[in-house]
Amino acid sequence: MSLSAEQVRQVAHLARLEIQPEQVEHYAGQLSRILDVVGQLAQANTEGVTPMAHPLAMVQRLRPDVVTEPDRRADYQAHAPSVQDGLFLVPKVIE
Amino acid sequence: MHTLSLKQLADGLRSKQFSSRELTQHYLKRIETHDPKLNSFITVTPEIALAQADAADARIKAGQAGPLTGVPIAQKDIFCTQGVRTSCASRMLDKFIAPYDATVVTKLHGEGGAVMLGKCNMDEFAMGSSNETSWYGPVKNPWDLTRVPGGSSGGSVAAVAALLAPVATATDTGGSIRQPAALTNLTGIKPTYGRVSRFGMIAFASSLDQGGVVARSAEDAAVVLQAMSGFDPRDSTSVERDVDDYLRDLNRPIDGLRIGLPKEYFAEGLEPAIRACVEQAVKQFEQLGAKIVEVSLPHAPLSVPTYYVVAPAEASSNLARFDGVRYGHRTESSRTLEELYKKSRGEGFGPEVQRRIMIGTYVLSHGYYDAYYLQAQKVRKLIYEDFRKVFEQCDVILGPTTTDVAFELNSKMDDPVAMYLNDIYTIAANLAGIPAMSLPCGFVGGLPVGMQLMGNFFEEARLLNVAHQYQQAQDWHRRSPAAFA
Repeated sequence: MSLSAEQVRQVAHLARLEIQPEQVEHYAGQLSRILDVVGQLAQANTEGVTPMAHPLAMVQRLRPDVVTEPDRRADYQAHAPSVQDGLFLVPKVIE
Repeated sequence: MHTLSLKQLADGLRSKQFSSRELTQHYLKRIETHDPKLNSFITVTPEIALAQADAADARIKAGQAGPLTGVPIAQKDIFCTQGVRTSCASRMLDKFIAPYDATVVTKLHGEGGAVMLGKCNMDEFAMGSSNETSWYGPVKNPWDLTRVPGGSSGGSVAAVAALLAPVATATDTGGSIRQPAALTNLTGIKPTYGRVSRFGMIAFASSLDQGGVVARSAEDAAVVLQAMSGFDPRDSTSVERDVDDYLRDLNRPIDGLRIGLPKEYFAEGLEPAIRACVEQAVKQFEQLGAKIVEVSLPHAPLSVPTYYVVAPAEASSNLARFDGVRYGHRTESSRTLEELYKKSRGEGFGPEVQRRIMIGTYVLSHGYYDAYYLQAQKVRKLIYEDFRKVFEQCDVILGPTTTDVAFELNSKMDDPVAMYLNDIYTIAANLAGIPAMSLPCGFVGGLPVGMQLMGNFFEEARLLNVAHQYQQAQDWHRRSPAAFA
């Protein structure tokens, strides 16, 4: 399995990662080699096997619907790159 | 003081041979003297350490000391520590001061009264097997400064192996406790998935990540694991089950213990000198009364391909939270929101993290999901079933931890696949969720060799018992690198 430069650019876009144009070929080679290893999975006979998402056969625990955490918005926003009036600031989204 | 076991340290503190402040100052001094050669700490926290030491001394004086009260511990920089930088060895979190403590930190330092020396270096976001992907530079192996200490918990093991901390916390997603422990002559244990809380432990692959400890003996590891373990309502995958007494069974004889040797772990790829060390350990276990059973884990060879679908898939999802908006690195220049995301993430993540995010994104994308992700989850089930069957034939599984001794710095950085194969023997335990540990079993060319023990679900006490019995009969684990005496 090999990834083309175009596929690498597409995957990087989906992952919202900026990669430099000169790195694309390098990544394509490395990712292709990783996918070659991953390709061994096709050998396994998995007919009728239930996929395993998690090591523990557990049911999602529920808790009573009560307030358990104090309001710490100011603490959590203290290290945000840009905030104003309790809001996170980003570049303009709507023209 | 820095060669004493945890039990000896606790005795020394309680009998007033030394105070926690003196002990802490001693370790801080050692870090100052020796760490420039190793780079095992990202952040040293002397003020916090001394304040905690004074509080511990007061607790000891009041007769309220537990087994870890006043004992210095190093924290892997993946555990959130309130008021202290928690970087995960990434530029992304270089300026991140955690606003809360991980449950592990609360248990060890709050309830347990242990002293935090600082935050240990690691591979960026725990992705790596050599501690070379850290934004803060590589960690050196105390046994040979031209070699890697293993990873991702490379700083934790280097600090403990060089006697800069009595013990350190670590995490293990595919071998990140066991492989570095093996390469530095330490005893490291990854408990059953769900045994140690993941709250405040920065997520890499959530169905595989598990916290644990690296120490200089099974006994020391047992003391710390005891304090770290337990149900935590803040972790949705924490197990509601009482924690066994890990110290109670340490001295039980292992007469009649059935040890399984999986033939796939002794096949092609294992260095003959490593095999010889592990086979020697097998003979010693026989002398201790254990019965050896040959077993088979037929799907074990597919562990690496399975892992490199499951782990990157979960990582690509987990690391989506780093968006340059709420916390973490934000690019200086962006005109649109999309550009803000892309540039912040492109600048904040190193190459290995970017590779894994891209692999994860790819295997989860439309048209590839069934062939890769779903197939990997099915093979994961087959690997799990292999273990279930083998534990009907034996009590513990024994094999090598790594194929070879520590490799040279920069020797595998351009070849991700070669790097991934470092974890060939350790990954299966994470996929299945079972507990596993590594302990020293010899030296090759002056470099440490580790063997791996794997146990059935929640059988940490048995693993620690088996390891402790071996360490009563052998003294490999007592050796420390001469340069850091």
